[in-house]
Amino acid sequence: MQTSMPHGSLPLLYTFHFYLFSLIGVVSALLFVTRKSPVAAALWLVNTMFCLAALYVMLDAQFIGAIQVLVYAGAIMVVFLFVIMLLNLGHGSIADMRGLGWKLAAGAVGLAILAEIFALTKARTPLTLTLPEGFAAREIAQSGAIAPIAAPLFNEYLLAFEVTSILLLAAVVGAVVLGKQRGEDDAR
Amino acid sequence: MLAEALFFSALLFVIGVFGVLIRRNAIIVFMCVELMLNAVNLTFVAFAQQYGVGGQVFVFFVMTVAAAEAAVGLAIIIALFRHRQTVDLQNINLLKG
Repeated sequence: MQTSMPHGSLPLLYTFHFYLFSLIGVVSALLFVTRKSPVAAALWLVNTMFCLAALYVMLDAQFIGAIQVLVYAGAIMVVFLFVIMLLNLGHGSIADMRGLGWKLAAGAVGLAILAEIFALTKARTPLTLTLPEGFAAREIAQSGAIAPIAAPLFNEYLLAFEVTSILLLAAVVGAVVLGKQRGEDDAR
Repeated sequence: MLAEALFFSALLFVIGVFGVLIRRNAIIVFMCVELMLNAVNLTFVAFAQQYGVGGQVFVFFVMTVAAAEAAVGLAIIIALFRHRQTVDLQNINLLKG
């Protein structure tokens, strides 16, 4: 496993691919934000999500990478595309960009947030919390990609896991109620 | 690769914020929110490599919440479209029907 190597001596190929997927991801995200047609925008977003899945695999999170492809690119984006086509919004002839003032304001807000995040990355994280180099990769090599996530999920985070099921139930009920056709008595 | 992953994540998040502010199509604004959630997920995974697997468990929860959010949000957009025949946010600016 390449990723089990210490960070100082990462193979050139690994670094190259990390930057390559990052670059493709950022370019796809920029194209996603600027495309007029909602269908094209959604497909560029799917591309970004595939790049993120590749980065997850490179960061020793193989299971999360698989889930990213299955749930995000496979399920959530299909629902988005389905709604775009259901509402027949795929033309893109009507420009939905806001005016120049909005763009300048958005650029200013974006730069401010970017500066804040970079200031945060300068903060020192406590060294005592840091795992030894290549710990995650060794754990995956020993017990597989899923077991290290499943163990804390069903022990330490069991309550959160159960609360998630209530959240999903509420979301399903909410979506059905919202999507229900109105009755005759309160028709438009 | 922690610093590089955090840099990339920050860029993606800011692109998402930019998209929310400059687009008027409700569905695209919604997809930009998904992009921001994805950027945060990348931060979690990058930190999980160095500080333990708890970050990956959180990504799992974030994805569940995103799925629930997509279901409810798209139902709201469909209900809005049925009511106003548009998803342009400039025409949907009143809280009352």
